[in-house]
Amino acid sequence: MRQFYEECKQAVIKGDSDLAQRLATEAIDKKEPILDVIENGFVKGIEEVGRLWEDGAFFLPELVMGAEAIKKALSLLNPVLAEQQKRNFGKGKLVIGTVEGDIHDIGKTLVSTMLSANGFEVYDLGFDVGVDIFIEEASKRGVNCIATSALLTTTMQKQRKIVEALKERGIRKKFRVIVGGAPCSRRWADEIGADGYAKDAVAAVKLIGELIGGS
Amino acid sequence: MQNVTQIKWFEEEKIAKIVEQAIAILSETGVYIESEEVLSLVREAGIRIANSRAFIPEEVVRNAIETAPGKVIVYNRYGKPAMDIGGWNLHFNPGSSAIQILRYGAGKTATPVSRDLVQFARLTDSLKAYDAQSTALVPGDVPEEIADRYRLYLALLFSGKPVVTGTFSLDGFEPMREMLQVVGGGKKELKERPIAIFDCCPTSPLSWSELTVGNLVDCAKSGIPVQIVPMPLTGATSPITLVGTVTQHCAENLSGIVINQIAMPGAPVIYGGSPACFDMRKATTPMGAVETQMINGAGAQIARYLGLPSHAYMALSDSKAVDYQAGMETAMSALVAALSGVNNVSGPGMHNFQTCQSMEKLVLDHEICMMAKRFREGIKLREADRPKEIIEEGIRKKTFLTLKSTLQWYREEAYLPDAVIDRAMGEKEADVSEGDILKRASGRVAKILKSHNSAPLEFEKSEAIKEIMLREAKKAGIDKLPELPD
Repeated sequence: MRQFYEECKQAVIKGDSDLAQRLATEAIDKKEPILDVIENGFVKGIEEVGRLWEDGAFFLPELVMGAEAIKKALSLLNPVLAEQQKRNFGKGKLVIGTVEGDIHDIGKTLVSTMLSANGFEVYDLGFDVGVDIFIEEASKRGVNCIATSALLTTTMQKQRKIVEALKERGIRKKFRVIVGGAPCSRRWADEIGADGYAKDAVAAVKLIGELIGGS
Repeated sequence: MQNVTQIKWFEEEKIAKIVEQAIAILSETGVYIESEEVLSLVREAGIRIANSRAFIPEEVVRNAIETAPGKVIVYNRYGKPAMDIGGWNLHFNPGSSAIQILRYGAGKTATPVSRDLVQFARLTDSLKAYDAQSTALVPGDVPEEIADRYRLYLALLFSGKPVVTGTFSLDGFEPMREMLQVVGGGKKELKERPIAIFDCCPTSPLSWSELTVGNLVDCAKSGIPVQIVPMPLTGATSPITLVGTVTQHCAENLSGIVINQIAMPGAPVIYGGSPACFDMRKATTPMGAVETQMINGAGAQIARYLGLPSHAYMALSDSKAVDYQAGMETAMSALVAALSGVNNVSGPGMHNFQTCQSMEKLVLDHEICMMAKRFREGIKLREADRPKEIIEEGIRKKTFLTLKSTLQWYREEAYLPDAVIDRAMGEKEADVSEGDILKRASGRVAKILKSHNSAPLEFEKSEAIKEIMLREAKKAGIDKLPELPD
């Protein structure tokens, strides 16, 4: 059995989405204990990808492909697991999007993928997302975190607007707001009163885990 | 062709192939346009639209290349040509839209304020390697919705050089055009002698946001020169191969040129860009990477092949500080730009991935730009028919220092750098200390700011643009503009 977990882990490390999906299907067909398959197989894989990234051995393509692979596997396994366990086991819920006036998508999608891969329930609102949309969607989806991306020095001001709009509506405390994107920094987050800044996708997973992981 | 030192990136047949592929991308893959208004404009020109994508046929692209002017001349506010963008001409101007400034000795960056913008404009005005200024800093002491026009306002007040600029919102264009029209002397005059260039940046791959494509059309209609600035990132928003990115960069430029020329045939437009070799670890856009220079250089060669003027974001660095990395990257990039025939180079003064400006760096980069210009000129065949005579005269006089030939040519043959470049022999141990160059640069900045002012803008004009600016300020909810330094 351990061999099967190892294969799941390796599929993620290799970034092989097809293989990950095949293994997930096999696990379901053979009625494997799904939680074990996830935790001892696929998750071990993404943890290893994260470690190799932090060591400097892996670069972005391997990181993204690893995340894609586990995401594909989880999309098959999660419904079955929910069925088996009769519960939603997500780590936390959030909305994510690139701010209004900005149609840069890559970094945001990368963070979104990594978060899904790590068990968060992610509502990706896409790009050119208005302040009101962020807030409406966040309220509607019952999330507790709003993750905003801005790639331009000219559009990052919208991140400030989101924080201000939440304050104006008296619901600032309901959400953790985090910022990311090339021109952002921890200082920028502090300046606009956001709850955090993450410099890359791996850091974003850690940060959001710390902020809402327990919820 | 002028006799200049140059790098050739591709053989002509290969360029023809790249252009062919770029055109195929435009006609078959199409380009996304976010604006309904612009979509209907291009639809009227006979271009097929589906799902907000415009599929531009080859003859439309070829026609736009044909109607776009081969060079763009930009004037200073005294009505004299300051930039002749095209052919093998080379112009430098500071990198635009930094949101931070690194002030000497501060040890950390700060949000720029009016005073910084004024000083930056005056400093740029004094440095001769820069044929244009730019709206280099985004001011933090006015409401953000008027930051774009306010920085243009200060640039127009404090330097006579033409301005490389751009807007942050669709409604920023009109007040900026109004101010330019006042300073340029009228609507027709501004068209005939433009004093500014607007950057319009498509989003890679092959997308135009409502704002940028709106500006592209507005500028064309007003006769304001446009620089198309696509930013494909290898392996992130464009192919990982350099040639693939060069091809996409070409397609993105051509899409902008087509839209611009449909809006107004013959409108001044420049094949530009800020592509980068995406960093696969930090997910950043290193402007200092050698591959970034290669893509930019190849772009300039393609522009020249198409008979279009060129631009690139080069001669800048990713370093956080004004240090070894900053100098190294800026110098390599400036030289590649010069030798590749980029006509308009935006970047000096800038560091930290186009987010920060430094006045000390601007002064140091000035020396880099002057050296790059000198390098590009190549070795002139001066007195090439009589080296023997001169050598014999030198031997006879026991020195070459006092020869007539020496006096005649020494200023032309060598670029004589400013004293920020240390060419003294270090004699004492005390001469070898680190960080001196920054101190020297800071001294030069202080000296220039103490002594140099551009000829002031005529009183009526400055009052008129102030009025426009005050009107904008009121719309943004403030009654007066920040106090300006004397």
